Amino acid sequence: MKKNGFDFGKIMSWLAANPIPLIVVVLVIVPFISPYKALATQMVILGLLALGYNILYGYTGLLSFGHAAYFGLGAYATGIILIRTNCSLLTAIGAGVFVAFVGACLIGFLCLRRRGIYFALLTLAFAQMLYFTANMWESLTGGEAGLRNIPHPPLAIPGLFSVDVYAPTRFYFFVLAFAVIALILLNRILESPFGRVLQGIRENENRAKALGYNTNRIKWLSFVLSGIFSGLAGSLYTLHIGFVGIDELYWEMSGKILMMILLGGPGTFFGPFVGAGIFLYLEDIISGYTRYWMIVLGPIFVLSVLFFPQGVWGTVRLFLERLRKTPLEEG
Amino acid sequence: MLGIPFNILVFQVFTGLVLGTIFILLAIGLSLIFGLLTVVNFAHGAFYMWGAYAALLCIGCFGNFWIGLIVVPVALGIAGMVVEYALIRRVYGLNPDYPLLLTFGLSLIMIELVRMLFGTTGYPFNVPALLKGSINFFNLFSFPAYRIFVIAVTAAVIASLWLFLEKSNIGLIIRGGTRDSEMVKALGIDISRIWLLVFGIGTGLAGLAGILAAPMRGVYPEMGIAMLVECFVVTVVGGMGSLKGAVVSGLLLGQVVSLSCLFAPAMSNIVIFIAMAFVLLVRPSGLFGVSGLLE
Repeated sequence: MKKNGFDFGKIMSWLAANPIPLIVVVLVIVPFISPYKALATQMVILGLLALGYNILYGYTGLLSFGHAAYFGLGAYATGIILIRTNCSLLTAIGAGVFVAFVGACLIGFLCLRRRGIYFALLTLAFAQMLYFTANMWESLTGGEAGLRNIPHPPLAIPGLFSVDVYAPTRFYFFVLAFAVIALILLNRILESPFGRVLQGIRENENRAKALGYNTNRIKWLSFVLSGIFSGLAGSLYTLHIGFVGIDELYWEMSGKILMMILLGGPGTFFGPFVGAGIFLYLEDIISGYTRYWMIVLGPIFVLSVLFFPQGVWGTVRLFLERLRKTPLEEG
Repeated sequence: MLGIPFNILVFQVFTGLVLGTIFILLAIGLSLIFGLLTVVNFAHGAFYMWGAYAALLCIGCFGNFWIGLIVVPVALGIAGMVVEYALIRRVYGLNPDYPLLLTFGLSLIMIELVRMLFGTTGYPFNVPALLKGSINFFNLFSFPAYRIFVIAVTAAVIASLWLFLEKSNIGLIIRGGTRDSEMVKALGIDISRIWLLVFGIGTGLAGLAGILAAPMRGVYPEMGIAMLVECFVVTVVGGMGSLKGAVVSGLLLGQVVSLSCLFAPAMSNIVIFIAMAFVLLVRPSGLFGVSGLLE
C-alpha cells in the first residue's frame, strides 16, 4: 500500500482519531444526492436523535425503550411555545431542549432505580404514560389531532440580522449546523474521562463501581445528556414538518430509534447517522411499492440482530481496522 | 362513596376483575418465560393479538367459538415453540438485550402480517350464543354471563397451572430451572426441551387471553401493544419470575384501572403507571419479586 506514497492505513487512523471532518463532508453532500431535500433533512434530524440515543445505549449500555418520550417532549414544547407566545426561533428550540432535559432528569431518576431488563420496561412504561397524557390533554397538545399551524419565525438576533431559514436547502444546512455542534460536543464528551467511564460501565458496571465511580450518578448524567440531544432533534423536527403529531411520543417511534441504532452500529461514532440514513432511505423506497413497509424492514432488523449485531458501520469499521492492522503486523 | 351508587361501584369492581384475569393470563406467560429463559418476550402482545385473529378464523371455518377455545391456545403454543426453536434459541447466552430486540422485531413483523392479510381496521367479535345475556344476583347486581365465564376459565387455568408446577415432575424441573438452570443441566436434564415447552405454554396462554378478550375488546392489529405495556407493568409490580406476584398484581392493577375509570376517567390510562412508579420507589423488586434476577 505504501508503494504509491498513499498510506491508506495512516489516513484511516487519522480519520478514526478525527471523525468529524469526514462526517461533515458526507453530510454536506447528502442533500444533493438524496431523492429530495426533505428526506435529507429528516435523515440528519433522526440521525441526531439516534446520536442522543447512542450515548445511552451504545456507550453506556442501557437499553431504553422509551426514547420517543424526549423526542416528543422537545417537539411538543417547541410547538406549544411557538403557537402560544411570540418568541424567537432560538428560544423555541431552547425551550424544547429544556423540557426534554427536565423530563429526562425525572424519568431517568425513576427508571435508573432498576437495572437490566427492568430498566428497559420502565422507560417504555413512562414513555407510554407521556403518550397517554398528551393524548388526553387536548387543550394543550391538540390530543389525537396533534398541533397544527405552528408559526415559522425567522432566525434572528434583534438589531443584528434576521434570516428566513425554511427554504428546503437552507433549512437542511440550518439543521446541519446543530448536528455539527452536537457531534463536536459528543466527541469531546466521549473522549473525556467521563466518556471512558460511560464505556467502562457498559463493559462492567461492578468494576467501575469498585474503582470508586458513582455509577448511578454517571448513568443518570448519561440518560440526561441523551435526553437533551433527543429533545433537540424533536424540536428541529417540529420546525421541519411544521406539525406535532401524537405518533412522535408513541412506542413505535422508540422502536424506530432502536432499529436505526442497531442498523447503523451501536456504540460507534458514525453509526447513528448511517443507521438513520439507511432506515429512512429504505422506508422511502419500500413505501413506494407497498404501504406495509415494515414487512421488509422487520425481517431486516431481525436478521441484523441475529447476524450483524454491530450494525452496518460497526461491520465496516471492523473491516477497516483489519485492513489498517495488516501492514503493521507484516512490518 | 363519593355519591356513586353502590351497584355501579360493584359493577366496576367486577369489570376490574375481568380485566385483571386477562392481565393475569398474559403476565403469567411473560413471567414464566422470563423466570426460566430470562427472555423478555416482546412479541407476547402480538401472540395475544394473533390469538384473537385465530379465533376469528376458527369461527369463520367451524362457526363455533368452543372449538376455537381449544384450538387457538394449542395453535399459538405451537407457533411459540417454532419461534423459540428457530429464532430465540440462537441468542441465548449472548447479551441479554438481544432476545428482547429479536422479539421486538418479531412483533413488528407479526403485526404487519396481520395488517396485510386482514386489513388495518378491526373486526367485531360476537359473544357466543350460549353466553349471551346476563346473570342476576339477588335482584341487586347483574353481570354479563360471558364475563363470568372468562373469570371461571382463568381461575381454572391458574389452578391447573399451579398443580402442574407444584405436583408434576416437569413442574419440578421448571421450578428448579428458574432457580438455577446450570444445576438442572448438571443433573442430566435436557433443559432446552423444557425451555421449548415453557415458551409454548406462555404463548398458548397469550392466545387464550386473545380469544377470551376478543368479544369484550374487539379485534384489531394493534390490540396487543397497549396490553403488552400494561402487562409489563403488571409483571414489574408483581415481581418478575413470580407466579404469585403475577396473579396478585394482575388482580390489583385490574381494580386500579377499572376504578380509576369511575373516579377519574381522564386519568384512567395513566394511573397504572403512577401505581408502578410508586411501587418501584417503595419496593424496587416488586411485591413478590426476587431481587437481582437478571439485573
